[in-house]
Amino acid sequence: MKLTGAKIFLESLIKENVEIMFGIPGGALLPTFDVLYEAPIKFILTRHEQGAAHMADGYARATGKVGVCIATSGPGATNLTTGLATANMDSVPVVAFTGQVATHLVGNDAFQEADTTGVTRSITKYNYLVKDIKELARTIKEAFHIARSGRPGPVLVDLPVDVQRGSCEFVYPKEIDIRSYKPTYEGHPQQIKKAVELISEAEKAVIYAGGGVISSGASGELRELAKATRIPVTLTLMGMGGFPAEDELFLGMLGMHGTYFANQAIQNSDLIIAVGARFDDRITGRLDAFAPKAKVIHIDIDPTSISKNVKVDVPIVGDAKNVVKEMNKLLSKLGVRNLEKRERWLKQISQWKKDNPLTYKRDGKLRPQFVVEKIYEVTEGKAIITTEVGQNQMWAQQFYKYNYPRHFITSGGLGTMGFGFPAAIGAKLGKPDKIVFDIAGDGSFQMNIQEMATAVNNKVGVKVAILNNGYLGMVRQWQQLFYNKRYSATDLTANPDFVKIAEAYGAVGIRVSEKGEVEHALKKAISIDGPVILDFLVEREENVFPMVPVGASLDEVIRGLA
Amino acid sequence: MKHTISVLVENKPGVLSRISSLFSARGFNIDSLAVGETEQHDISRMTIVVKGDEKILEQVMKQLNKLIDVIKVNDFVDQPHLERDLVLIKVNAEKGKRSEILEIADIFRAKIVDVATNSLIVEMTGDEEKILALVSLLKPFGIKEMVRTGIVAMGRG
Repeated sequence: MKLTGAKIFLESLIKENVEIMFGIPGGALLPTFDVLYEAPIKFILTRHEQGAAHMADGYARATGKVGVCIATSGPGATNLTTGLATANMDSVPVVAFTGQVATHLVGNDAFQEADTTGVTRSITKYNYLVKDIKELARTIKEAFHIARSGRPGPVLVDLPVDVQRGSCEFVYPKEIDIRSYKPTYEGHPQQIKKAVELISEAEKAVIYAGGGVISSGASGELRELAKATRIPVTLTLMGMGGFPAEDELFLGMLGMHGTYFANQAIQNSDLIIAVGARFDDRITGRLDAFAPKAKVIHIDIDPTSISKNVKVDVPIVGDAKNVVKEMNKLLSKLGVRNLEKRERWLKQISQWKKDNPLTYKRDGKLRPQFVVEKIYEVTEGKAIITTEVGQNQMWAQQFYKYNYPRHFITSGGLGTMGFGFPAAIGAKLGKPDKIVFDIAGDGSFQMNIQEMATAVNNKVGVKVAILNNGYLGMVRQWQQLFYNKRYSATDLTANPDFVKIAEAYGAVGIRVSEKGEVEHALKKAISIDGPVILDFLVEREENVFPMVPVGASLDEVIRGLA
Repeated sequence: MKHTISVLVENKPGVLSRISSLFSARGFNIDSLAVGETEQHDISRMTIVVKGDEKILEQVMKQLNKLIDVIKVNDFVDQPHLERDLVLIKVNAEKGKRSEILEIADIFRAKIVDVATNSLIVEMTGDEEKILALVSLLKPFGIKEMVRTGIVAMGRG
């Protein structure tokens, strides 16, 4: 049957089971939006394309499905770039469609034209410019395949407006075979055997798990591994929720703002089992001093992550769930030795934990850490938490206990301020039965504040908890510790009245300035159906500790200023 | 250390750009890059000469393999292989000096492909060593201009 390009686009999305998409129309997308008018796909009109990209991203992280966003040519497409770079750094499956000027005008400096594929080449897993309508259906199928397979990532498809208007026979390919793209999902059995042998002998092992555990759905297998071997587990920011925070074997996060005991454990370990993590600089501290006595097993679906920063003794390329499952099978056959020495190691770690817990000054003042703790209590640890970037992000990770995967959504790799609020909207639309909180800073929240309209319009009841200290907090902290308190351009005292802003958008705003009001405010916010902004006026110069400064080793932790 | 890498890629627009972006983004040093169609019209071969140590080379190979348009990556470092580069050199050649240049070209089995009143263009194919040798012998005459295609390589046997 002959269909227009725009119709082929819609039918292809339906074939990919797309239920929702986020974006903004424009001239170069008129044919497509005409087709979307009565389409069975829910369309969320945002107020900035960056918001749309982050919403698609948050939706994907919360549900595990591919997030879809759409923007028009030129400035619409370029407004997506921060969102695409964010998804790229955190390996999130997103497909972005952009309108483009007609094929005969490409490269002509036409109105609202940008070299979208050129601009997004280095921030997407792959991208396409569809010049021939006969390629459209196959391109869309490939795009979804590439986005969700192997190490997931964002894929962009640029659609010239004449291709949208063209017509051709619609055939959706049954299968996709890209000869140059064949990710490895099964670990090499010899390597798995080597790894298991090391594990069964190790005395001071640590499991270091990251975002790959979430993408792969491997948290069950990981828990089994840890329990069977009595090996403690530390998680990266991206891996939060991949192992239950309330489990006795949990060490908290490691690295720059990780717990003292997680860092001590990894620095003194004799074996690191890295699962779906990439030894990022926020985690390792100074590389030449990182875990000097440890052998390293590295399980990752992306071979480029292995031996990139840290020398690996047993590399295993494969999907985390598959590999850990095989390891568990083999381990139950081989058995675990040195159980006594392992208990000694665990005792040592719990001593470190006892002497250096995560803490803050508990006095009468309203401190940001307290707000996060209260959110945890009131939601019983079952909410989906998104964060902005900086101090708010670190406290959200430290003082909320994440027991389930896909419940902590944060821009870890790129560190994009303004991510949390639209991501929360996307997450709530993907998981409407969940309570969703965006733990934000006053600086970050203003970067995509315009999406309040999207939330109100679509009745998306996210709760924004602004830890309002009137500063670009994390930068101010560094200026305090390393630049003699020269607070250069970090003071945000021209902040708006966030409660009035909520009301101006037709939502509810609640201001809290006393510790005693926090719990009631949170409960009230949750009981309200629509979006709520909670403006918590917290201690201005509170700092995030522990802290390993850039260039220091994980042993050189600043525990606090007190 | 210089490494010659041969990369089989999909013959599509944008692939060259993707690969050179990869190199510049990661800070890998490209000495030369040559690309052309293979015996299969939809597959091209790129020959890239990279400077770096073992660790850098490993990352280069892995990052190239990761690219969706890259079909296969070969590093010729431990394999017996042939390397050829084509060079055109425009040399100063006043009346008296012409025969000397012709002699040198002859020894190298290079060709004279252009003659003008005061210059000659010498064309030669060879590996890096041979080209450097020719260039050093022609330098005293004054090299006006030089252009190279970049190394292409193929495994022996």
